[in-house]
Amino acid sequence: MQTLRDQACIVGVGETAYTRGSQKSVLRLVLEAARHAMADAGVTTGDIDGFVLPGSYLFQEQLAANLGINDLRYSTYIQMGGASPVTALQSAAMAVAMEIATYVLVPFGWNGYSEVRVSRRETPQAVLRPTENAMSRAVRNFYAPYGALAPVQYYAWLAMRHRALYGTTDEQMGEVALTCRAHAQHNPMAYMYDRPLTIEDYLKSPMLASPFRILDCCLETDGACAVIVTTPDRARDLRHDPVYIMGIAEGHPYPADDIPNRADFFKIGLSFAAPRAFAMAGVTPQDIDFVEVYDCFTYVVMLQLEALGFCAQGEVGGFVEGGRLRIDGALPCNTHGGLHSEAHVWGLNHVVEAARQLRHEAALQVPDCEVGLVTGWGDFGDGSLAILRR
Amino acid sequence: MSDYAKPLPRGEDLNGEFYQFCKQHELRFQRCQDCGIWRHMPRESCAACGSFNWSWERSSGRGQVFSWTVIHRALHPGFTPDVPYATVVIELAEGVRMISHVLDLAPERLRVGLPVAVVFEDVTPEVTLPKFRPLSQSIAV
Repeated sequence: MQTLRDQACIVGVGETAYTRGSQKSVLRLVLEAARHAMADAGVTTGDIDGFVLPGSYLFQEQLAANLGINDLRYSTYIQMGGASPVTALQSAAMAVAMEIATYVLVPFGWNGYSEVRVSRRETPQAVLRPTENAMSRAVRNFYAPYGALAPVQYYAWLAMRHRALYGTTDEQMGEVALTCRAHAQHNPMAYMYDRPLTIEDYLKSPMLASPFRILDCCLETDGACAVIVTTPDRARDLRHDPVYIMGIAEGHPYPADDIPNRADFFKIGLSFAAPRAFAMAGVTPQDIDFVEVYDCFTYVVMLQLEALGFCAQGEVGGFVEGGRLRIDGALPCNTHGGLHSEAHVWGLNHVVEAARQLRHEAALQVPDCEVGLVTGWGDFGDGSLAILRR
Repeated sequence: MSDYAKPLPRGEDLNGEFYQFCKQHELRFQRCQDCGIWRHMPRESCAACGSFNWSWERSSGRGQVFSWTVIHRALHPGFTPDVPYATVVIELAEGVRMISHVLDLAPERLRVGLPVAVVFEDVTPEVTLPKFRPLSQSIAV
């Protein structure tokens, strides 16, 4: 059976500075990241003939007009919230493998601090209202009337049940936050560079929605990333060694648009996607040298580690103890600092970091790594993962 | 005019029908007329058998706590005076689940499996929200 295994690779990565107050439009941020990714790959705008656009902050027509792409052969949008960037790699890989397009640009940018901060959503000053979709309809009709209006409050229902059933502790969740922050101390791009964190700082940070404290939450930042996907044949002539997409899949919890009515709270999109991606790649969790896990909240990282099969359901609390996720541990996680300590770019920065790790040019390098795994998580638990190799 | 400052359900389509029953102090959920499965949120067709035939059947109103979170920072100004307050996942005896509040119970006393029963709060002249109370008054604060 033909699969997507090794039929596409990441050949260029780019990013902007990560700030709180970019003073730039989303389009401008994305154009800058795209230019950096093209320069990194050694391709020109004349080569790019496909877009896969995560989210809804960009118009393909504007992007093409600003880049001078006069023959756009393929363009599509992915709507899975923060799972969109990794899912976008899947569509990009399909497009180049089937020769629908040759070089596909996957860009994402936003002013996640200065325009769309969660805590300002409900205020009159909000610049952009959240887009109406199936999830927002559930929120408006069935969650918001009871005072649940934001992801930190919905995912807390999952975290609290995990805690009630399995005894997961504050310190175990804190270890995820501390791991991200420790790794960011080696990454000058990281918003939290030069700002170390202790477990005491974590434990005294204010509670938002139990069991989540403010330091269980990712950053809100402005910035953009871009990656370029093409075929292995074309990659041979480019500047860097390609990073191969070995296995890739998306998955959706059931039902995707309502959290309370899921039979099993811990069966998330990634629970469906992970076996498919591992089968495509022909590897198991034991073969993975590092992971970049979508870290909107500490417990969401833990939930995904269970769904990926790195440990059994209910065992992730003990799994993260003892420094396992640290750079010198058995499973280094979020080596750039993640959404917690580098920046929140919907996890496209996780893809950029994984590519750099596999090129062996990361700021904080996992020695001799060969295979890495990146996840996306979005909306009410949609999931995606890419298994990448050098 | 009501001075109720919290978000209200928009009540469009089938969701509006759900809240119309609440206004009559009836907790009703869709139940498939062909295979008998209860469902919530409201849906156009039965995911189990594909049927478009349903009725709004009255729930026992009895259920138990499935999960919860205690919110210490409101993200809507209408809830700021209420912190800390718990949003609770309630599992009804019919098998469907919904988000609600458990009244007359300190948030720290919430636990998985706590038995509850529905009550109705007329928050505005137009809108009634189903809420819950602990079934056993002995555990109420």
